[in-house]
Amino acid sequence: MKAIPDVHEAHLTHPAPTVIDLDGLHALVGVLRDRGYCVVGPTRRDDAIVYEEIASADELPVGWTEVQEAATYRLERRDDEARFGYPVGPHSWKRWLLPARVRLWQARRADNGRTRFVEEPPPERPFAFLGVRPCDLHAIAVQDRVFLEGAFVERDYAARREGAFLVAVNCGTPGGTCFCASMGTGPRAESGYDLALTELVGEHHRFVVEAGTERGEEVLGDLMAQPATTEDVDEALRVTHEAVALMGRHVESFDLRDLLARNVEHPRFSATAERCLSCGNCTLVCPTCFCTSVDDVNVLHDGGAERWRRWDSCYSQEYSYIHGGSVRPSSRARYRQWLTHKFGTWVDQFGTSGCVGCGRCITWCPVGIDVAEELASIRATDGEVDHANN
Amino acid sequence: MAATATAEAPVRGPMTPVPYRVVSRAPETGDTWTLLLEPLADPVVPAPGQFNMLYAFGVGEVPVSTSAAPDPSGILVHTIRDVGAVSHALISSKPETVIGVRGPYGTVWPLEEARGRDLVIVAGGIGLAPLRPAVYHALANRDEFTSVCVMVGARTPQELLFIRELEDWRGRFDVDLDVTVDNARGDWHGRVGVVTQLVPRAPFDPATAVAFVCGPELMMTFSARALLARGMPKESIYISMERNMRCGLGHCGHCQLGPTLICRDGPVYRFDEMEQLMEVREL
Amino acid sequence: MRTIDELVAESPVFEGLTSEQLELIAGCAQNVGFEAGERMFREGDPADTFFLVRKGRVGLSTHAPARGSVVIETLDPGEIVGWSWIFPPYVWHFDARAVDDVRAVAFDGACLRGKCESDNALGYELMRRFAGVMIDRLLHTRLRLLDLYGRDGDS
Repeated sequence: MKAIPDVHEAHLTHPAPTVIDLDGLHALVGVLRDRGYCVVGPTRRDDAIVYEEIASADELPVGWTEVQEAATYRLERRDDEARFGYPVGPHSWKRWLLPARVRLWQARRADNGRTRFVEEPPPERPFAFLGVRPCDLHAIAVQDRVFLEGAFVERDYAARREGAFLVAVNCGTPGGTCFCASMGTGPRAESGYDLALTELVGEHHRFVVEAGTERGEEVLGDLMAQPATTEDVDEALRVTHEAVALMGRHVESFDLRDLLARNVEHPRFSATAERCLSCGNCTLVCPTCFCTSVDDVNVLHDGGAERWRRWDSCYSQEYSYIHGGSVRPSSRARYRQWLTHKFGTWVDQFGTSGCVGCGRCITWCPVGIDVAEELASIRATDGEVDHANN
Repeated sequence: MAATATAEAPVRGPMTPVPYRVVSRAPETGDTWTLLLEPLADPVVPAPGQFNMLYAFGVGEVPVSTSAAPDPSGILVHTIRDVGAVSHALISSKPETVIGVRGPYGTVWPLEEARGRDLVIVAGGIGLAPLRPAVYHALANRDEFTSVCVMVGARTPQELLFIRELEDWRGRFDVDLDVTVDNARGDWHGRVGVVTQLVPRAPFDPATAVAFVCGPELMMTFSARALLARGMPKESIYISMERNMRCGLGHCGHCQLGPTLICRDGPVYRFDEMEQLMEVREL
Repeated sequence: MRTIDELVAESPVFEGLTSEQLELIAGCAQNVGFEAGERMFREGDPADTFFLVRKGRVGLSTHAPARGSVVIETLDPGEIVGWSWIFPPYVWHFDARAVDDVRAVAFDGACLRGKCESDNALGYELMRRFAGVMIDRLLHTRLRLLDLYGRDGDS
């Protein structure tokens, strides 16, 4: 277990934090809407906390929390009125930055026979994400690396990302499957946000606010924020300090890339593959999974064509299809691909880990495959080789 | 200040094709055709080893290597085998058909690396198409290489690509060309055998040569072994890898092979970088 | 122009044999020549000879009804042609035809067989070397069986 830093040694990133109360939170949503943002935040729907467009802070899941374990998710009432008293649900922000299905362009044949490719315009309103967990902030940064920092910039992602206003919320209630502390991605947001809130529930229900950008400062200016006192700051730090000890999972993240690179034929992959359904749930809920495919379709009524981009998963049979067959026909190979990519080869490809420790894959796997357990098992039997199945 | 949705949009997004016109198409074998394409807008100029994503209107896109020398005017030559819906649509495209092109993508045959050395080319089946630009470069810049040795294998004599050119190259004094087929009938008087059998006797110096190998993955593995058996170091052998590709940009994830993205770090790789990855089944 | 003794001593196939053994083998050999197109041996005939090609190429073939003559393999200078002399029923499995003008060293297989029976050490050495030639040919044949250039590539 990592040593928990002394709360008095920790400090907030921002030199001049402020405080807003519940009215201030309402005002924040209003100000963002007035400025033309589509505000997306957590809300209760279908017995889960999901990220949808909200019109007011009333739509937040007031007094609700999530109980999460491997293959388990349910909502429960809290005994307070916390607005952000839960970790993360099945949605992640990639739902908005990298939508499950989006048209990229339409191709039209003009009368003079010329073909024009008309690119899809960006969404009308920029997004303001309210309630971005530190793990998810890192996840956004991980996807930024893929889509914005390579040789080519993903046009649609860039358009959505460029104008997005991020309001992070630090974690006080980690979940049963959370391990952001192991991955160095939480429970406190250090950077990458416009505003960061720490909710302090209790007699005086309020939020300590840090601005991370000029844009954040500006919005904050409309909110009647008061300077934070030392007690406010201490309490805010204590919230996340205590959260570290409440993590449901722990992963030895040291040297994972090398560990997995030298254990490509480990028997654990076949063992776990016996349980894996190749359903791809993990790739759907993972905030960093970015694989997509394209659908090129005809538009019958006017002789045009369109290209759509949609989410894809390395668990599907046709994902690796070439020359009349799939390169990874067995579920063992596909499960191995996902795990070793997420924690290992992602580092070779993009310079960061692909995992931010949000725990969603553990919660939403229907058979409860637990990446923390998987990695621990491989580490404990480093070097074992599966002779039967390789 | 009101929020703005986005900064300046880029001129053309990287997933949007450039329109090209089919100038001509010609059959090479029963199922393989060569298309000559002309740009209708911006030129795309791939270097030897690189590939473009070719879009058949309303059908889909596939990666295809360039099989001609780079042309600054943007003229493209692509040799395509009919193996699926998209390639079928492409090879069926008559002159004047508009198709889409995105590219060029990927790494190149390291012709600079091979300067001053013996250049060895080993091509199997459709693998001759991505290697042809390297041969063109070598013949046009013959001084750059101490010798040029080309070995070509095909399934049957009817499936040899670029027959006329092979005959031309065979007739030259500055290149050594050997051709073999896996299976033949009575009317073939050339060599019968697998292309790896040509390696032991080919006229090159293994200590200093550079080899470019292209063809089905197993053929490349066995050809590399034959080259290694002759004493070539692994670092002097280059191969061209292939995987499912949906974007060519490093964004869709499909072309991963372990730690590498083939559209970005390949398709041309040094053999020592790939060898261990190729040995892992279903990687 | 190399002598048979020199060719035998230099050939990788006979590498490692003692000078006595080399002398014995060379003693069973003679130079032969075939014109381009000439048949060297016929499928089904007794196999009492094997060849070490010095010059020109040899094509192994068989005859298939409605396909005609099908070339199985092309062999080059330096290669051994024929191993049916060393295994029963000592009968050629294929035709061999000179593709170009061929010069070769022909070895009396029947005579060598007798020598191998009485001198098992020699027998072992020759068997080992011919096994090596066959393994090599088998590998190449298997690669062709894989039909790597077929429509489904290497799957």
